[in-house]
Parts: sequence; structure tokens; C-alpha cells
Amino acid sequence: MRLSKAWVVAAKDLRIFGRKGSVLRYTVLSPVLIAIGLPLIIHFAGTRHGGSGIPPTELPHLLNAFSFFFVAIGAYVPIAIAAYSLIGEKVEKSLEPLLATPITDGELFLGKSIASFIPSISAVYIGSVIFMALMDLFTRSTLNYSYFPNWTMGLILLVAVPLIIILSIEANVLISSKANDVRAAQTQGAMFIALPLGVIYVSTEIGVLTLNTTVIWIISAVFLLIDIVLFSISTKIFKREEILTKWT
Amino acid sequence: MISVENLTKKFGEVTAVDGLTFQIEEGEVFGFLGPNGAGKTTTVRMLCGLISKTSGEARIGDYQIGNAADSLKIRSIIGLVPDNVGLYSDLSAFENLDFYGKLYDLPEARRKANIERFLKMLDLWDKKEAPAGTFSKGMKQKLAIARALIHEPKILFMDEPTANLDPEASKTVRDFILELKKEGRTIFLNTHNLDEAQRICDRIGIIKTKLLSIGTPEKLRESLSGIKTEVRLAQINDNIINALKKLIPNKIEISDNKLIIDVKDPDTENSGIVAAIISAGGQVQEVTQVVSTLEDVYLTTVRG
Repeated sequence: MRLSKAWVVAAKDLRIFGRKGSVLRYTVLSPVLIAIGLPLIIHFAGTRHGGSGIPPTELPHLLNAFSFFFVAIGAYVPIAIAAYSLIGEKVEKSLEPLLATPITDGELFLGKSIASFIPSISAVYIGSVIFMALMDLFTRSTLNYSYFPNWTMGLILLVAVPLIIILSIEANVLISSKANDVRAAQTQGAMFIALPLGVIYVSTEIGVLTLNTTVIWIISAVFLLIDIVLFSISTKIFKREEILTKWT
Repeated sequence: MISVENLTKKFGEVTAVDGLTFQIEEGEVFGFLGPNGAGKTTTVRMLCGLISKTSGEARIGDYQIGNAADSLKIRSIIGLVPDNVGLYSDLSAFENLDFYGKLYDLPEARRKANIERFLKMLDLWDKKEAPAGTFSKGMKQKLAIARALIHEPKILFMDEPTANLDPEASKTVRDFILELKKEGRTIFLNTHNLDEAQRICDRIGIIKTKLLSIGTPEKLRESLSGIKTEVRLAQINDNIINALKKLIPNKIEISDNKLIIDVKDPDTENSGIVAAIISAGGQVQEVTQVVSTLEDVYLTTVRG
């Protein structure tokens, strides 16, 4: 496995993404909107009823639940990018000349994964910095301290988010092997990811689950397990003969 | 340079390619003719190491297809122009070629020199910064050829390189193939275009799952109908026919005022034929050689 070859593929894909307005908008806008929108919700909720909206004891629970949105972003952003990365090659019919070069299946898979991973994690990290700064700005007066950064958010960003991004990319390889249209792949990918994340989020909101560091570790371990299973399936599917005869 | 023996590919129960055996010499332009679904693209994909073989053997240079260790080496010495050009429409012509040059590990200086050389040869240098998506079909095809040549491969596989091109673009591509032949490259050309095959191929194989026929265009034409001499006369009579039958026991067809005579060596036999007709009182108006067209050969072979 030569990393240099994988990087050549990734750099090409990143250059193409940079020229596709829709991919850029989706990648950058959704994390930024959530990063700004959630603090604004807290801010406006806090100013209701004469400024006594959210009690200080409830606020950490809510902020932790909101932090989990970045796991969701980490799951959704790669769906758009990975779909373009793989289905884009199908649409352009560029897989055959690409596979005729001296690149291994593993190098190509890694290159495509890097191309999806870098913008996704960058978008999540940029969004999370904005989110934490705004949240601290709006909640410091209520809590009398800066809630972010903290261990829960650190674990989410450094462990759970990278693992969910990898999960999302691998799921997309599976979906892209069957789909012939970018939008169809994105929709299927979103459906695949939405249900488990939705269950976790609702559980935190209704108090069934408390998002502390232990729970984040457990969720990350589950992501890792799914990553390993999906990696095994993806690498079996990502074979040149399979790609040329069944994908196209 | 390319050696194929009993090469077979099955997709489930369907046999796409059945027991192909042929050799292609270094520097040869080999044309592969066949109808849609005959197995041409499957053969190219097997030889390029893109798909596995079911059985049989094939060697590209010193490397064996189907051998995992040789597969990367095969792909580094061949170039492929697929039937779909498969360019990145958001990247410029230069960027498309640069990407492939990097995949072939070409040093930057050689990569840039080759990009300039091939884009200039194919008259695309002025468009090097334009996105490939803005190119015409002919320009895209030329760019796909440049891409296949970026690492200066010894062997070039071309799958229908002139399909859907206008006559001028087709001629440019054909002329370029002939230039590559002069450079000594081995070219495996899948084509539907019989005229193209006749003009540029040293040898032709006709495939319909199995290899039905193989040879030079001339030999293939001769194999169908042999060589015939056509003599147009002012008038045909029995004296002339009898004189010819005494001279040559071959088959003689009469059509209006023409005699069509099977010959083995026209250079030595035609003078005798003309002399016999004249001595029998005939007036010879024209003597021509009749050879089947490649289209006749192709259709007869493919229809079985």
C-alpha cells in the first residue's frame, strides 16, 4: 500500500470538490448553520420569561445533547462528499481508465476515503469551534463559567466524530456500489445513518440517556465495531472486477 | 509482445470469450473486429488486468495476466483508451493528464514535457487550461489518447477510438495511430470500422465470442473468394470459353460481357489468359483484379 498513490487520488478529488459549488455549500454551510443556530436557540430561550428561560441546572444537560449534533454532522457531511467521490467516477465513466493504471484497489479505496474524510472532519471542527465560542458567550452569565471546551466535547470531537465519519464513508461505498445517481446515494446514505443517531439524540432529550464521557466511550466503541464490520464488507466490494462489471 | 492461448472468460453461465489463441508482435497494429457483445471489450479488459480470466493463458511482454504480482507491472507498461473516454470534466486538459502522470510515478519534469508533447501533437495545447467538460467529442477522444500515452507505454489498447467521431476527427485519430505505429508501439485496436481496420491494421482478428478468423487484411480477403481476374470483352463466344478451358482448368464465370476467372497467381497467369482470348478472336477491353472487400469477409465470417 503506497500512501503517495492514495494521496494523488485524494488530491484530485479534493480539487474537483473545490470546483463543485453544491458540495462546498453542503460541506461548509450545514455545520456552520448548526454551529450558529443551536447557540441562538439557547440565547433566545434564555431571554424568554424575563431572562429566566433555562435553569442553570438544566443547561449542562441541554448543552451536552446539543454537542451530540456534531456526531450527526460527522455522519451527514461525508455522505455528500463520498457520494460525489464514488458515483462521480461512475457518472464520468472514469473508473475504467483509472483502474487501468498501476494503482491497487486498496490505494484507490484509501484515496477516496481520505478525500471524504479531510473536508468532513475540517467542517465539523470549524463548526464546533464556532459552536463552543457562541455557546460560552451566551451561557457564561447563566452558568458563571465557560462550559466549553470540556471532556465530553473533546471525546465527541476526537473519538466519536472521526469514527462516525469513517462509518459514513464505508456505508457510502456499499451504497455507491448499487446506486447510479448522486442524489439517490445521498438519500440512502442519510437514511442509513439517521435512524441510530436519531434514537441516541431522542434518548438524551427525554432523559433516558445522559451524554457523559462513559456513554460517549460506549457509543464510540459501537461505532468502532460497526467500522470494522463495514470495512471488511467494503474492501470485499471495492475490487476492480466488481467495480467494472457490477458498479458501472 | 502479446501472447494469448485458449483465453476464456465466463460471467456466470454466460461465456463472453471462448478459447482465444493469437499472438501479436512488437510494433504491430492488430485490429479486433466483431459485432456488439462479441467479447472485444472483455478481451481488452482481461489483457489490461482489469478483470480476471476464467481459464487459459495470456502474456503481456514478460508478464502473465492473472498473476497478482504481474498485474501492476502489466498496467504500468500498457495504455488504455476505453470506449467511454472517462475524463474528469471539472479538471482542465492539463490537470487530467497531470493526474494520470502522477499515478504512473512520472517525475514532474517528464510529466510536464510529455503533457506538452502529446497535447501539441494532438492539437490541444491551446486548450490545456480549459475544463475537459467543455471539449467536443473529438477533442475528448484526443485527450483520452494523450492520457493513455502520458507514460509512453509500449503497448496501447484502444477500444473503438473513432466511434461517434466526425470524419475529420476520425482521420486525425487514425493518422495519430499511424504515427504511433511509426514509433514502434504495439497497438491493439478494437473497432467496428472496417475501412479503418483495413487502412491501419497489419493484421485483423474477427471475433464472435470465439476467434473466427485472423490474418492480414489481404489474406482475409483472399481467403473468402480467392483471387479472381475479371476480363471485359466486346463479345463472348464459345471459341473463347473453350480456348480458356484448355488453358486453365479453373472456374470461369460469365456475367454479361465479362469473364470472371479464378487464378492463383495473376502476375503469371493473366498474360496467358489475354493471349488465349485474343487468339480465339476475342477483343479484350479491360482486365482487372477482383478481391473481396473486408466487409464481405467480415459479414460472411460473422454470419457463419
